[in-house]
Amino acid sequence: MDIQLFIQNVADQFDELNVELTPETNFRKVEGWTSLVALLVITMVDEEYGIVLPPEEMRKTNTIQELFDLVASKQ
Amino acid sequence: MHNPFALIGKTILVTGASSGIGRTIAIECSKLGADIILTGRNESRLQETLSQLKEGQHKYIVADITIEEDIITIVEQLPTLTGCVHSAGILGLVPIQAITKAKINEFEQINLHAPILLTKQLLKRKKLAKNSSVVFISSAAGVYRVSTANALYAVTKSGLDAFMRSAALELASKNIRFNSVNPAMIETEALSNIPISEEQKNANLAQYPIKRYGKPEEVAYATIYLLSDASAWTTGTEIKLDGGLTLS
Ligand SMILES: NC(=O)c1ccc[n+]([C@@H]2O[C@H](COP(=O)([O-])OP(=O)(O)OC[C@H]3O[C@@H](n4cnc5c(N)ncnc54)[C@H](OP(=O)(O)O)[C@@H]3O)[C@@H](O)[C@H]2O)c1
Repeated sequence: MDIQLFIQNVADQFDELNVELTPETNFRKVEGWTSLVALLVITMVDEEYGIVLPPEEMRKTNTIQELFDLVASKQ
Repeated sequence: MHNPFALIGKTILVTGASSGIGRTIAIECSKLGADIILTGRNESRLQETLSQLKEGQHKYIVADITIEEDIITIVEQLPTLTGCVHSAGILGLVPIQAITKAKINEFEQINLHAPILLTKQLLKRKKLAKNSSVVFISSAAGVYRVSTANALYAVTKSGLDAFMRSAALELASKNIRFNSVNPAMIETEALSNIPISEEQKNANLAQYPIKRYGKPEEVAYATIYLLSDASAWTTGTEIKLDGGLTLS
């Protein structure tokens, strides 16, 4: 899995992004993060990586790196 | 003791009886004297429900009711019914831009096509007695309100509502009644699969004038009213159970 591509895929789910996302970014604190964006990220992970993220595991992640690691661990 | 809601002598088919609301309905109906036929796909969970029923002539049939042959298999094995509860269904949040044809089919097959085709087979094979009662576990969603990312679910439940009223009209001359129970959020296992944070849940809960979600038993009690002879003149009606959610 490529983290740069993963970051781009996450970024694509936002309407508009005023900051650059990095592995260290806490995506929950990014302006524009909503429950709807969260659902779109879950859908993206399903479509692009074939992984259905269990909500309770997703809830424990905060940074992009943590989310990436969670997805990678399921592959 | 006089009890207008008694179900003694009734034979009731319950779909989705392996979990959540359907399981609770089966248990509560058995306490009021009904014989229950449980159905669902997961045999061990159906056995678990069966073991929780009060004594009576109960049994279960394993079937996937998104498959038409399975529906026919169920119906062929049934005695004449005096009641049927459609509780099998799925919940799930899908933002509109994430909708796919496959997702539409997934929701429609179990939430809408299955109850329609099961009703058709019950009628065609004359398994619903005169004076019998059919209850659909619908939702407040789609019928009274909509919410973000819930479009597919809302579409299936409003479709089910239209079907319920159509069937009520069409079968009234045979004295077969069709009604629905339309709950807002009920505390079941299905809810834990919805990806919301604790804060979102609390914000959601705050919208309920009666500050809690509903209980499966509360859905069962409304269903029991509709199955019992107490509701003999009630057909084509939705019973809204929402803790006051849709009042404002
Ligand atoms: N929970 C709520 O907040 C809420 C609110 C309003 C309305 N409702 C409605 O209430 C009903 C029951 O929900 P619940 O909360 O009790 O959900 P649940 O605990 O997930 O139970 C769903 C039931 O549907 C059955 N089912 C699913 N797909 C099936 C299939 N292909 N063939 C046969 N059975 C199938 C499942 O059995 P198997 O897995 O064994 O097949 C299970 O018994 C649904 O129609 C739902 O829309 C729920």
